[in-house]
Amino acid sequence: MSSSLIYQRLAETFTALLIGLFLGAVLMTIYGYDSLLAYSSLFVGAFGSVFDLAETLAFAMPIMLTALTFAIGIKAGLFNIGAEGQLYLGAIGAIIVGGLFALPPGVHMAATILTAMLFGALWSIVPALLKIFRGVHEVISTIMFNWIAYYFVMYLALYQLAEPGRSEKTISVLETARFDVIMPGTSLTGAIFVSVAFTLIIFAYISITKSGFELRILGAGMDAARYAGIDIKRVTLSAFLIGGLAAGLAGGLQIIGKPPTYALYGTLGNIFGLGFDGIGVALIGRNHPLGIIFASIFYGGLQHGGRYMEYQAGVASELVRAVNGLIIISLAVPEIVSMLKRLLRR
Amino acid sequence: MRHYMRLLLSLAAVAVFMWILSLFGFNTKVIVEATLLAMTPLALAAIGESLNEKAGTVNIGLEGIFLISALTGVYVAEVTGNGVIGLLGGALVGAFIGFVFGVLSVYGRGDQIIAGMGINIFALGFVPYSLMALWGTPGIRIPPREVLVPPIDTPLISISGVTILTIFIAIAAHYILHRTKIGLWIKAAGEMPEALDVAGVRVDLIRISASTVGGMLAGLGGAFMPLAWFGGIVKEISAGRGFIALACLVSAGLEPILALGFAFVFGFAESIAFTVAVTPGFKEAVPYHLILMIPYITTLVIVAIFIGKRRFPIALATPYSRE
Repeated sequence: MSSSLIYQRLAETFTALLIGLFLGAVLMTIYGYDSLLAYSSLFVGAFGSVFDLAETLAFAMPIMLTALTFAIGIKAGLFNIGAEGQLYLGAIGAIIVGGLFALPPGVHMAATILTAMLFGALWSIVPALLKIFRGVHEVISTIMFNWIAYYFVMYLALYQLAEPGRSEKTISVLETARFDVIMPGTSLTGAIFVSVAFTLIIFAYISITKSGFELRILGAGMDAARYAGIDIKRVTLSAFLIGGLAAGLAGGLQIIGKPPTYALYGTLGNIFGLGFDGIGVALIGRNHPLGIIFASIFYGGLQHGGRYMEYQAGVASELVRAVNGLIIISLAVPEIVSMLKRLLRR
Repeated sequence: MRHYMRLLLSLAAVAVFMWILSLFGFNTKVIVEATLLAMTPLALAAIGESLNEKAGTVNIGLEGIFLISALTGVYVAEVTGNGVIGLLGGALVGAFIGFVFGVLSVYGRGDQIIAGMGINIFALGFVPYSLMALWGTPGIRIPPREVLVPPIDTPLISISGVTILTIFIAIAAHYILHRTKIGLWIKAAGEMPEALDVAGVRVDLIRISASTVGGMLAGLGGAFMPLAWFGGIVKEISAGRGFIALACLVSAGLEPILALGFAFVFGFAESIAFTVAVTPGFKEAVPYHLILMIPYITTLVIVAIFIGKRRFPIALATPYSRE
């Protein structure tokens, strides 16, 4: 990418962020909230102290990975929005191996992480095959799989893996499968290193390996891929599977790398929505692994700061997700700025 | 014609299924009524989106429109004390979203798939946020019974007025698309926008109008859910139905009447989840959560069978501009 293009992309992204935040303020004003107080408490809450910064990173940890799922799909020309369901499966995989098996330290954690990733990848296989062999669009198949996963994992959490006497959550994973807290008093654990490392591995995979190169050619268009003699079926499948690994990892880390419960709530409350949040993070990060790292910290900040906003200004923290949607719409329409200019000039 | 044959086969399968259920003592009337309720929002959104896609625009934000219109419908119904006005309010908000989406797609030349997903994610946050702001309840609102829209009791079954309207809308959409000049323009906007432009018809206005009408019908379907079906709103009220509507449309090859038929088939899958799952004897044997997976599995199976070699408008999701 030439540097002028990078500046243009950055300018577009910041414009979209501003438009999203501005419209978010409009939404607050409609209901009579003090939007300035809300945003100031949000940003101070998100980045105001070292502790808050650590907490923000803890929020960034899973959405960095679900963003990768979406970004890898886009790189290969797919609109894979299945991270949500694959994340649920990863979480349940982590509960099963981390909570039911007693293994030596180190081995246990590795086994738990690998199972979570594998479960996520397994959940992406059927949409991949439906795409490859039947031409079923991945938007429909992955959403259906998200909802199937929602009820399936909820069933397992409530009836098969519930903690005796406390049916609102599953059993917790054992000590040997847990990440330690890095900064006492926060929920930031070593899981963040796994997230970042995985993101960097994906970065290397996409930019320097042969199959990463094939992925990008497929993303450039079916015709280009056919001319290049690429096995479209195999590359499509691998794009789905790698995405599934990332989402599964996100679900697993959210369980074994997030104190205090180290368990899954029966409502799926501590994993719900993280897959969809990743779509916005990927788009803000321009579907580039390094961009995604920064975007996930920004969005993690909004989520963590959103809790202060709720406390200080009484604005429900779900507003953050609405702002995310508005940012996505603005990013989808990069000409929105020139449109506004044209309107104003009239 | 082959498409109609396939739909007839699916409907025959549904009939056989219903007959088997009746042998096990399930009340066919109850199942048909539940199917018609589940069919209505799916059909409305799918018919609206068929006009939209025929004109060359794809809106995968139907799920988000469902959610936002469900919220608006309940709010307007409570403020005015009239459920029918609530339905209209939902339709109006849907039309507004469709209009904005149309303008962004046509003049902003945006990526329609991403923008549509943006609508869905916006709704995912906006609806619980608004539930909290409007009523101070986390994720749920049950309006008073007086503002709901009750079904009409006929000698045969009780059926919602909106469902009857939906059947008329499907026929009207079919007629407009295939028998009128406007239908010709809509199809031309999706197939050969240049030719339409040369003929002196504004492609931009056709596409924005189709998107607005599509949003309006989805909005009516969204408001239908709390006001004429469930009797209240939860933050996940649409539960993927916006995407099931897309699946209806894809299975129907973008034809409105076929979309209505497939909405009935998908609605049947949902009605099983709602009626059979709560039946004593059955309820203890099969876990409720697993029954709730049926509509989504059915959707996938039907789409996988029927998608075949569907042909979509050439200019679908491609912005048109005069060079």
